[in-house]
Amino acid sequence: MKITQSASERHVLTVTVDNEAGILARIAGMFTARGYNIDSLTVADITENHSVSRITIVTNGPPEVVDQIRHQLERLIPVHKVVDLTENGPYVERELALIKVAGTGEKRVEALRVAEIFRARPVDTTTESFVFELTGAPQKIDSFIALMRDLGLVEVGRTGIVGMIRGATEA
Amino acid sequence: MSEERSGANILVESLVRQGVEFVFGYPGGAVLPIYDALFQDERIRHILVRHEAGAAHAAEGYARATGKPGVVLVTSGPGATNAMTGVADAFMDSIPLVVITGQVPTSVIGSDAFQEADTIGMSRHCTKHNYLVRDPAQLAATIDEAFQIATTGRPGPVLIDIPKDVQIASALWHDGAPQRHIRYNPRERAEAGDIARAVSMIAAAERPVLYTGGGVINSGPRAAELLRELQAKTGAPVTSTLMGLGAFPADSADWLGMLGMHGTYEANMAMNQADLIVCVGARFDDRVTGRLDAFAPNSLKIHIDIDRSSINKTVHVDLPLVGDCAQVLAQILDGLGDHQTRDLSDWKARIDGWKQRNSLSYPRSEDAIAPQYAVQRLFEMTRDRDPIISTEVGQHQMWAAQHFHFFAPNRWLTSGGLGTMGYGLPAAIGAQCGHPDKLVIDIAGDASIQMNIQEMGTATQYRLPVKVFILNNEWMGMVRQWQELTYESRFSNSYSDSLPDFVKLAEAYGWKGIRIEDESQLDAGIQGMIDHDGPVIVDCLVAKDTNCFPMIPSGAAHTEMLLHGDEVVGTVSDEAKALV
Ligand SMILES: Cc1ncc(C[n+]2csc(CCOP(=O)(O)OP(=O)(O)O)c2C)c(N)n1
Repeated sequence: MKITQSASERHVLTVTVDNEAGILARIAGMFTARGYNIDSLTVADITENHSVSRITIVTNGPPEVVDQIRHQLERLIPVHKVVDLTENGPYVERELALIKVAGTGEKRVEALRVAEIFRARPVDTTTESFVFELTGAPQKIDSFIALMRDLGLVEVGRTGIVGMIRGATEA
Repeated sequence: MSEERSGANILVESLVRQGVEFVFGYPGGAVLPIYDALFQDERIRHILVRHEAGAAHAAEGYARATGKPGVVLVTSGPGATNAMTGVADAFMDSIPLVVITGQVPTSVIGSDAFQEADTIGMSRHCTKHNYLVRDPAQLAATIDEAFQIATTGRPGPVLIDIPKDVQIASALWHDGAPQRHIRYNPRERAEAGDIARAVSMIAAAERPVLYTGGGVINSGPRAAELLRELQAKTGAPVTSTLMGLGAFPADSADWLGMLGMHGTYEANMAMNQADLIVCVGARFDDRVTGRLDAFAPNSLKIHIDIDRSSINKTVHVDLPLVGDCAQVLAQILDGLGDHQTRDLSDWKARIDGWKQRNSLSYPRSEDAIAPQYAVQRLFEMTRDRDPIISTEVGQHQMWAAQHFHFFAPNRWLTSGGLGTMGYGLPAAIGAQCGHPDKLVIDIAGDASIQMNIQEMGTATQYRLPVKVFILNNEWMGMVRQWQELTYESRFSNSYSDSLPDFVKLAEAYGWKGIRIEDESQLDAGIQGMIDHDGPVIVDCLVAKDTNCFPMIPSGAAHTEMLLHGDEVVGTVSDEAKALV
């Protein structure tokens, strides 16, 4: 017998939650318990009194599974609202990365040149290394990292994405 | 009035304010302050179980039989882990529980202290919600919210973990209701536009079926009444899941019996041939649908459920109505008004044809009592008393569902979703606490009953006259049946070896024990059980190798039902074996 898998789509969900102890475990655990995927997850509180957090989750699965994920999230008591950005018209998504590159001579010059093209900012410099800060869509960061591989890539840190619906209204 | 009280005291006062009559529990180090607060408090009756799983199941039985939330109190570590099976069971079957667990003091949480367990972590995915309370000032509002969450929306267990120091430390207690912001507001009524669509779908249906589930029971007695009204208005036949039995009276001409794996031929055929299925508080469980791609292929489906995540989870529906069963049924009835529904005589004639197959018939023999017959006699001899029936898990559970018949909600207590052996005896104890004058019977198997048999002591202590009727086939019958049907009769570890003498065991606990060895003793044995004013075990020796039919084998469609044992091949493909 073989185990088969069905085709999946990438979706970006934003989840507004009460900022209480264990909330991340509750959300992340729900994904593992029900066999859903998390590609990236970011969280930070977004209100002045720190009572509400916004979580952005990138997941993938067949459409009916993504629909289930949304409703399973809504079922959790501390969850106020779940928005599937992918389903809700145009939206922006951004991620921040820190990328350390070490090298001297031609490679070092080339790294700096590529960084300019990508509008990556050096936030730390030694004579033989840079730490670049780069913000953008995840694909842009992917491409930058790919180019840095040949130019002395040492280390990568990424935040995971945050996303928001375009236009004047709240999602 | 407000005054300083200990956390333990605030807990007890909060329970009283919630109207709690019974707490099912077991003491230990981390809940000693709470036990001290309960000492000689006449307002709450504490039922001391013999194992914490028994506490959780007893609370479930109490909740199911009374419609009120069940309350559990156990200590940290092993107390909490022992109770967890019952918590998971309540989660699967949507039973309202409030579970209080002691925890080690806040200062040592995380240090692997004596009897520390991560109760919050363990229960996160088998509770509707859980809390670790670190401040006694939060207790009253937390308990209040816990009761609201457990009992509203789709009910379920809510766990409150209270460290020992929080039970001892004090905070202000106010007599009035604690001020809290209400954050849980489940939607109870469906949209008017959707109701209008439902009404026209129902009015147009030529082959409708009402497929009902535990949600009708959870919604309260009004939902069962409205279901009957909707049925009377439309004439639609009714089938139910295991969890929904009793919502619709089994003596109605339009009752199809239970559907699904061990459901009736007419119920499954009607589902398969329907042009409209109205699902009321059920969830298209795999035991009900059989093979998904062949499930009710030509029907439109309306799904009434208070839990949005139940909709389209396994089966795609054409019209979801998210809301409370009673409220949505009332909305539909309002909408139907004087609408003329279709004449269903052709449909009913077809159903009558399927009923002719007599799918619940079973062979009798001279040599041994047919287990189905024992259930049938138990039903016939007790029906006038409107008994409450609980079960364990296995063949006897299915035979009880098939051959015992129910006419009202809250009379049938069974572990459906989790299928927990050992549920029935403690559940019967809980139900008896809530209904001291009713006849409460646990229909049990010889293997299951041993899983929480220690609770006999609880019944003795509180003079609860529960009855346990064991269909003793000397096997884990349901396992034996699957091994016969799918593993060519290789009966690996499914024989109930070294069974105790149940009659002597009953006597050892101060119960009455009755053994029935022959059909000629059956009625007298049942009568003896009914007449005895105290707890009774009936050890009813039945045929040892009877299989439970009808049956939809794993991975088969509703139309591929096996009605009798002679249709069985004894082996299946790996794909079918791999299904749950
Ligand atoms: C706690 C638990 N363990 C294992 C099972 C698997 N199981 C389902 S039915 C069954 C056999 C039950 O035997 P018995 O109680 O004698 O009932 P019978 O089927 O013979 O009527 C078993 C082992 C279960 N449902 N629950």
